[in-house]
Amino acid sequence: MSFEQPTHFAFDESSEAEIGKILAKYPEAKKASGVIPLLYVAQRQMGRSTGSAWVPKVAMDVIAGRLGMAPIRVYEVATFYFMFNMKPIGRHHLQLCGTTPCMLRGSDDVMRACHDAAHVQVGQTSADGLFTLTEVECLGACVNAPVLQVDDDYFEDLDYERTVALIEALKRGERPTPGSSIGRQTSAPEGGPLTLVDVPGVVVAGGE
Amino acid sequence: MALSDKDRIFTNLYGVQDWRLAAAQKRGNWDGTGGILAKGRDWIIEEMKSSGLRGRGGAGFPTGMKWSFMPKQASERPHYLVVNADESEPGTCKDRDIIRHDPHTLIEGCLIAGFAMGAHAGYIYIRGEYFNESRVLDAAIDEAYAAGLLGKNAAGSGWDFDLYVHRGAGAYICGEETALIESLEGKKGMPRLKPPFPAAVGLYGCPTTVNNVETIAVVPTILRRGAAWFAGFGRPKNSGTKIFCIQGHVNKPCNVEEEMSIPMRELIERHAGGVRGGWDNLLCVIPGGSSTPLLPKHICDDVLMDFDALREHKSGLGTAGVIVMDKSTDIVRAIARLSRFYKHESCGQCTPCREGMGWVSRMMDRMVQGRAEIEEIDVLEEVTRRIEGHTICALADGGVWPVQGLIRHYRPVMEERIAAYKAAHAAPSLPMAAE
Repeated sequence: MSFEQPTHFAFDESSEAEIGKILAKYPEAKKASGVIPLLYVAQRQMGRSTGSAWVPKVAMDVIAGRLGMAPIRVYEVATFYFMFNMKPIGRHHLQLCGTTPCMLRGSDDVMRACHDAAHVQVGQTSADGLFTLTEVECLGACVNAPVLQVDDDYFEDLDYERTVALIEALKRGERPTPGSSIGRQTSAPEGGPLTLVDVPGVVVAGGE
Repeated sequence: MALSDKDRIFTNLYGVQDWRLAAAQKRGNWDGTGGILAKGRDWIIEEMKSSGLRGRGGAGFPTGMKWSFMPKQASERPHYLVVNADESEPGTCKDRDIIRHDPHTLIEGCLIAGFAMGAHAGYIYIRGEYFNESRVLDAAIDEAYAAGLLGKNAAGSGWDFDLYVHRGAGAYICGEETALIESLEGKKGMPRLKPPFPAAVGLYGCPTTVNNVETIAVVPTILRRGAAWFAGFGRPKNSGTKIFCIQGHVNKPCNVEEEMSIPMRELIERHAGGVRGGWDNLLCVIPGGSSTPLLPKHICDDVLMDFDALREHKSGLGTAGVIVMDKSTDIVRAIARLSRFYKHESCGQCTPCREGMGWVSRMMDRMVQGRAEIEEIDVLEEVTRRIEGHTICALADGGVWPVQGLIRHYRPVMEERIAAYKAAHAAPSLPMAAE
């Protein structure tokens, strides 16, 4: 897939506000620590401004300048870590976990649903530009397998039909509620918690 | 005897209640934290030692002893606490629940641990995919600052302590403590040679201790209820409570905090609704996250879930991610998929790992099809022995152990598959080992 690298990138106002907070976390002489956070800021800004969350080369150069790093050091980091997209992606990034715990619970079916409903193959972006599909490694939500991460959100306990429904909703511009697709209370067993039903001194409900 | 609710540390594991400070305080978090710190650094470390707590990130190193490796006297180099929240071992999702549902157990633990090791600053390195979880953690830390529990004179203790969240960006290797430190410094996550150990030269070249989320989050309750209380659970040298992640072919996958040394069968049947199709339908279990070798059913029948019992069977407790597989499982494919994971996650620094993980993965893909020679099973086993122990960090070890476990227990299955492939493809084919 060919694509054009933009020739200009500057952090916008909201990114600058984030950067201020980020760099306050590290000693002034160690601000290279901010490289991963700033790459995220750049990627999110691209998502906001172009609809495709990726990191162009010129953004890495801006980050290098800001952090006093050689540009090659920023390129190294950006390409080492899996979550930075080095080329434009679709509006939604479907990141399907295919590692063994999800595989055992049916991630093959979820993969098929992504192919069928989003009309996209792994590593590609759908013709309508809506979806990019990536098979990722363990997402760390294994008791709610299989898991599909859409952009920043985890959709859990999926099967073929519920994945199709999720993708159709995304096509309609809706944003389904993340979490268990079968209404489980997070990581509690299906049907409700069997433990923590008799905890002294707890307050009931409240929610996130 | 299963653990009772009054002895559970993570009382909001499932997020039924609010995670925010006010609710957390009603659950007992932040109760008398200043008083605990007033008892002094030595008391805290001694208490942690006698609690018998072993690190919950996989290796099981005694926590109190680890803390005692930090220099006693402050120098011009500041000390750092780094919390490993890069939870990425396939089968593990316990720290996620602590962070999103009980973040104040972790934050309070950070203050106490930081104080005990002479650190005025701590970083929580959370895996990048846990975006929503990191937002909860950020908000919980903001609350703690606003309430005077972090920052100057934290919790009225006279100790200044700052705590920051740092997100990673999708690299399993950053769960290795020195790779994590490299990553936190803004570099590729490539492990460092040890020694020097982080307690001498860690983050920014300063004394640093890296602890797992669960390890730190249990500290406040241990100190409030006493080392003897915690040591009273589980067998000697395996003490305490532990969050288990029970998944795969069980009727009701879940996370649960249980007593250490609980029998595996009881754990699965009491909390996860049992094996799909009944216990007799069990094929095998990976007991402690992907790196720990699988155990066939006859061992699972009576094995205890703790460090030493699982080690006796050449496996380990690891992170306590219990991956259950029933008899419908293609066990060769299940392990081959893990080999692909390690191939993907190798940082590429050490040759045996960079080349070996790819080789093993390609070899395992052929074993799934049966497109191999019987003798190649021995070649595969031999190569895993050449990889193991010959790299800077343990990623490659963890990458070959599942394959060794497969060969140890399911060699006949691999042989059958090779025979079946040969029968189906009558024309002789002699693929080379590393085609």
